[in-house]
Amino acid sequence: MLPVLLALTVVELGSGLVLGAFEERLLRAPSLLVLVPVTIGTAGNLGSILAARLSTAFHLGTLSFDPTDDELAGNAVATVALAVTLFPVIGLGAWTLASLVGETTLGPGTVLVVALSAGVTLAVLAVAVTLVATYAAYRLSLDPDDVVIPVVTNVCDVLGVLVLFGAVLVFT
Amino acid sequence: MELRETAEEAYREALPALGASLVGGLLAGVVLGGMRAELRAVEGLLVLVPALLATRGNVYGSFGARLSTGLHQGLVEPRVRAGDERVRRAATAALANGLLASTVAAVLAFFVLTLLGAPVASLPVLVGVALIAGLLSGIALTAVVLVVVFAGYRRGRNPDTLVGPLVTTTGDVFGMLFLLVAVRATLSIAGFLGGGG
Repeated sequence: MLPVLLALTVVELGSGLVLGAFEERLLRAPSLLVLVPVTIGTAGNLGSILAARLSTAFHLGTLSFDPTDDELAGNAVATVALAVTLFPVIGLGAWTLASLVGETTLGPGTVLVVALSAGVTLAVLAVAVTLVATYAAYRLSLDPDDVVIPVVTNVCDVLGVLVLFGAVLVFT
Repeated sequence: MELRETAEEAYREALPALGASLVGGLLAGVVLGGMRAELRAVEGLLVLVPALLATRGNVYGSFGARLSTGLHQGLVEPRVRAGDERVRRAATAALANGLLASTVAAVLAFFVLTLLGAPVASLPVLVGVALIAGLLSGIALTAVVLVVVFAGYRRGRNPDTLVGPLVTTTGDVFGMLFLLVAVRATLSIAGFLGGGG
């Protein structure tokens, strides 16, 4: 447990450094700061749920690494659909909460666009990372339950910060 | 199974847990948004936030998973008052792992930011914040995981499906709340000692 935990801590520090790099921008726009934990968390959750489902399918022998595989494609489609459902709620929720507890500097539309574009990008990346990690575990004869879920969750955390940074640069 | 059916089932099963942790994540965000004064006062604190939140999730997710395996195997009695030795050992190990990972995160963040020439608070302040936050959120999360998993199990719920959403939801909220408490405590101790913050 401990070596994995420490390795994951180092990975998470990487995403912290990215956050630190755009700290001034975040401090000036409170609704973006509100977006940080929920974007990171939801990206990690989307990845870990997909990883858990693919691991189970893999153990049951119903998964094949083929783009036309229904199990694979269905779960990938669901991940993107979940992001399209949740991230508009996240964007509007973050803006509403930020405006309730203080002043906001961005409009609700901007925060919505930042959240939705970051969310959909993250869902696609989460699918790619999970597939690569599950396939790697399979090729290396590792149990995907042990390896894939923590790796995917923490990689998605880091990607969450990077993609959010990108969306903030593009849309604000 | 057909693609459409698989996608619909995966969507339906994941939505409630994701919705619950979305609420937790937004609340954690409100705390972070309200911490702007502290973020400015303790430079480098924002760099620590993802590592500290992820540590809570990783450590207490694993504690919850152990607990639910123990319940399934009949090795753990589902009562908080039972003071089961196995549960106590797992809780102590989780707290120790959490504190160690938090301290490592604070020390590494300090050295990396110093190397990069970025402004950073003093090492004792960063480590103090990480330790106090780790201790307080660790105690709170241990209590929540024990109470909810035991209560759910006694009511016939599968603890495996409770642990994930529970830890991601409460881990973010408690992680941020106790980080705020820890920063305020550390700053007032540092002020009292006359040291820089």
